[in-house]
Amino acid sequence: MKAYDIVIIGGGPAGLAAAASAKRNGTDSILILERDRELGGILNQCIHNGFGLHTFKEELTGPEYAGRFIDQVKELGIEYRLNTMVMDISHEKVVTAMNREEGMFRIQAKAVILAMGCRERSRGALNIPGYRPAGIFSAGTAQRLVNMEGYMPGRKVVILGSGDIGLIMARRMTLEGAEVKVVAELMPYSGGLKRNIVQCLDDFGIPLKLSHTVVEIRGKERVEGITLAQVDERGKPIPGTEEDYECDTLLLSVGLIPENELSRGMGVEMNPVTSGPSVNESLETSLEGVFACGNVLHVHDLVDFVSEEAAAAGRNAANYVQGKRQKDSKKTVHLKPENGVRYTVPVTICPERMDETQIVRFRVGNVYKNCYIGVYLNDERILHKKRQVMAPGEMEEVKLEREKLLAVKDLETITIRIEEE
Amino acid sequence: MYDVIIIGAGVSGAAAARELTRYKLSVCVLEKEEDVCCGTTKANSAIVHAGYDAAHGSLMAKLNVEGNQMMEALSKELDFPFTRNGSLVVCTDETQMEGLKNLYENGVKNGVEGLRIIDRDELKQMEPNIADEAVAALYAPTGGIVCPFGLNIALAENAAANGAEFFFDTKVEQIRPVENGYELSTNKGTYTGRCVVNAAGVCADLIHNMVSEKKMKIIPRKGEYFLLDKSAGSHVSHTIFALPGKYGKGVLVSPTVHGNLLVGPTATDIENKEGVNTTRAGLDEVSEKSRITVKDLPLRQVITSFAGLRAHEEGHEFIIEEVKDAPGFIDCAGIESPGLSSGPAIGVMVASIVKEKLNAQENPAFNGTRKGILNPETLSLEERNELIRKNPAYGNIICRCEMISEGEILDAIRRPLGARSLDGVKRRTRAGMGRCQAGFCSPRTMEILARELNSPMFDITKSGGGSQIVVGTNKDRI
Repeated sequence: MKAYDIVIIGGGPAGLAAAASAKRNGTDSILILERDRELGGILNQCIHNGFGLHTFKEELTGPEYAGRFIDQVKELGIEYRLNTMVMDISHEKVVTAMNREEGMFRIQAKAVILAMGCRERSRGALNIPGYRPAGIFSAGTAQRLVNMEGYMPGRKVVILGSGDIGLIMARRMTLEGAEVKVVAELMPYSGGLKRNIVQCLDDFGIPLKLSHTVVEIRGKERVEGITLAQVDERGKPIPGTEEDYECDTLLLSVGLIPENELSRGMGVEMNPVTSGPSVNESLETSLEGVFACGNVLHVHDLVDFVSEEAAAAGRNAANYVQGKRQKDSKKTVHLKPENGVRYTVPVTICPERMDETQIVRFRVGNVYKNCYIGVYLNDERILHKKRQVMAPGEMEEVKLEREKLLAVKDLETITIRIEEE
Repeated sequence: MYDVIIIGAGVSGAAAARELTRYKLSVCVLEKEEDVCCGTTKANSAIVHAGYDAAHGSLMAKLNVEGNQMMEALSKELDFPFTRNGSLVVCTDETQMEGLKNLYENGVKNGVEGLRIIDRDELKQMEPNIADEAVAALYAPTGGIVCPFGLNIALAENAAANGAEFFFDTKVEQIRPVENGYELSTNKGTYTGRCVVNAAGVCADLIHNMVSEKKMKIIPRKGEYFLLDKSAGSHVSHTIFALPGKYGKGVLVSPTVHGNLLVGPTATDIENKEGVNTTRAGLDEVSEKSRITVKDLPLRQVITSFAGLRAHEEGHEFIIEEVKDAPGFIDCAGIESPGLSSGPAIGVMVASIVKEKLNAQENPAFNGTRKGILNPETLSLEERNELIRKNPAYGNIICRCEMISEGEILDAIRRPLGARSLDGVKRRTRAGMGRCQAGFCSPRTMEILARELNSPMFDITKSGGGSQIVVGTNKDRI
C-alpha cells in the first residue's frame, strides 16, 4: 500500500490552499485526490468576477482565482490525481480511491484533510408538490450547463431561493438571452450577499419576492408554469395569494449541504447545525489527524475565507505529521453559540495550543439591526462589537487572543451571543 | 401478422411477453411511452405482498400468493434485486385485535405460509422504532421487497432476447376486428395480430372499450410517496403496514432493496389518467399517517416525493380473461395492488389462455435466464481492478451519490431495450437516484447518452416525448 503524510480529499479551493500551506510548512509527502477532470472545484464554473478581494486585493473570476492556487500547487511540486473518486476512508486513515487508469487502490495517510465541498439541496428535499417534468434544475447544475458547456437550460425562468448561486444565475441567464421572471425567497430576508442582490437582480430589473414559495409545478414533460404564493411567519402558504407564472424552467437555489458522506463513513463526529464535522481550534475533527476546511466544514459565502481556513488546516496537518503539535490538549474550552448565534467554527479551543489569535466564524439565525456581538470568557464579557446589520446570508467572525484566554483562571466556556445593547 | 400483440410494457405486459416466448409464437409489445416501466409499475410501494390481504377465493389472492412464491427463483433467473424481509401489519388499538385475527385467518386460507400474530414485546424486539402505541402485529415472513424497475426491465429484456419485439412511443388509437384477429392503428402505423393482450394499466378500459360492448371503467387511484435517504434506510427492517382502523387505512413504511426508506401511499381517486403530480394535501397526509406505526421517522431526510396511479376497477379484482364479445382479445386489466407481486403469475396465466387459444407448441430455444447490469460493488478489490483494466469506464464514477460508473451506464444504454433517456438510465442503474437527485450527474449522463445514441444534446430527454433538458445554446436568441 502506498503511503503519504497528508492525503487531501478534494482539489477545489479548500484542498488547493491546504496543500500549498502544508507544503510550505515543511511536509513534502502530500497527495490531492480530485474527482473532476481538473483542479479548481466549483470555481471553474463561477465565471463571474468578485473573487479574491480579500486575498489578492483585486477582483478575479472564479477560474482565475482557482488558477492562482493551481499554479502554487504545481510550483510547489505537490502530487495530485484527477478523475479519481474517493470511495471510502477508514477510521485508520486508509483511503480507498478509484480511477480509470489505476483501478481501485488504497493509500495509508498519516493525516487526512477533508475538503470535499458541498452540494445543492434538491427539489425533493423541499417537497414542492406537482409534476416531475424536465426543466427543474438546481442553480449550480444550470450554471455548469451554461458556463462550461454552453447550453441554455431554458428560455423563461423562475428562480426559487435567493442563495448566491441563484442570484448569480439570474444575471447569467439574462445575459445569455433568457427571461428571468422572478426570484422567490421563502424567508423574509435573502439568503445571499447584499452585493449580489444589487448587481444581479436590481441592475437587471428582476423582482425579488420575499416570503414567497413555489406551491405548484405544472407540465408533464417539460415545465409549463409554476404557482407562487406568499407564506406566513411559519413558512406556510397563505391561501388566496397564489400567482401563476408561465415558464419553462425552475431554478432552485435553496441551500447548500456540506458533502460529508466520507466523513460520516470514517466515524467523524458531526455538528447537526452546520452538517459539517465538529472541529477544534486546529480544524481537527473528533478523529486525531483528520482535519476539515472549506465548505465541507461549513458553507462559506466568500472563497477568500475558504482559502484562509484551508491554509490553517494545511499548516496544522503539517505540524501534526511532523510531531510539532502538542498532542493532547490539557484543557479544552467549549464555545457556546447563544441568543441568535447558530453555531461556531471551531466548537472547542485549547488555549495552550492555539495561535496568537484565533478566528471564530459563525452565522446568525435572523436579521439583526444595530445589535452587538458579545463574547464572554466564562461570565466576563471581553468583546462588545457593534454591527449595523447582521443577516443569515453573511458569515460573521470574531478574533480571540491567546493571551486573554490564558489569563482567565478555570476558563470553561466562551459564549458568543447577539445583544441588543 | 403477429400471433400476439401485447399492449403495454409494464410488469404485466412484460411478464406476459416473456411467458409467451416459451411457445412458438410471434410476439410484439406496443408501448406508448419511450421505455418499459413508465406507468403504474414505475411508481408504487415496491412490495412483494405475502398474500393475506386479498379476499379468499379471489383471483387477486391466488395470483398474489403464486407470484410471491415465484419471485425468489425468478429474481435469480433474471438477476434483479429481491429481498424477503418480512412484513408486519401493526395494530395500535386493543379494540382492533379482531381485525388482525381476521387478516390472519384470511391469509391462512389463501395459503400464506408462516403467518403469526406477535405481541408487543416481540414486535418491539423486531422493530425498535415501532410506535409506542403498537399492541400487536401480524407477522408475514414471506413478505418481500423488490426493485419494480429491475423486475419489469428484466422480464422485458428476457422476452426480447427470446424474440419478442418491442415498439416504443407507439400508442394504440383504434382496434378493429379483421379475419383471424385484430388490426391495431397506432401513431406509428398499423399492426395486426391473431390475439391481443390488453395490459394497458390505467388505460386498459380505453383499449377494452374499443372492442367490447360491455364497457369497463378503470379509475386512476393516486398514491403519493416519500423516498428517504439511505441514511434513514435502516429505520425499520420489515415492511410496516398499519392495520386499517379508526385512523383509516394508514401508510406503509418500508426499506427498499437499495437501502432507502419508502413511505406512502395515499389513495385518491382521480379522473386524469396522467395525473401523476404530487399534491400538498397528499404529501401532508403521508407525513401525518407515517407516524401511526413508526416513531421518530426522519422525514427531514426525504430526497424525493412522487405519485403513482393504481389501475382500480370497480369490482376490485384482476380481470384476466378473454373478452366475451371479442374472441382472441384478452384483458389483463384492473391490475392494482397486489399487481406487482402477482406480476410473474399474471404472465403465466395470460400465456396459458393465449396458448390454449392458438394451440401453441413449446419453443425449445427459450432461454429463461438473463444477466443484469453488473454491480461492481459485489466484486472484490481484485475482481474490480480486473474489470477496470479490461474496461476503464468502470473506473470512472459518474453518479457520486450512488457511486455508479460510466461502465454501468454504457451497459444500460447498449443492452437490448437499452435506456434512451436520463430516467431510462436512472431506472436501470440508479444513476441520479441518490441524495442530490441528479444535480451533479445529469450533464455527464446526458453527454454519454448523446455520444452513444449519436444525437445532439438538444435531443436528450428526461423521459422521452417533449422532455428535452437543454433548449439551445448561449445567446442563440440574442
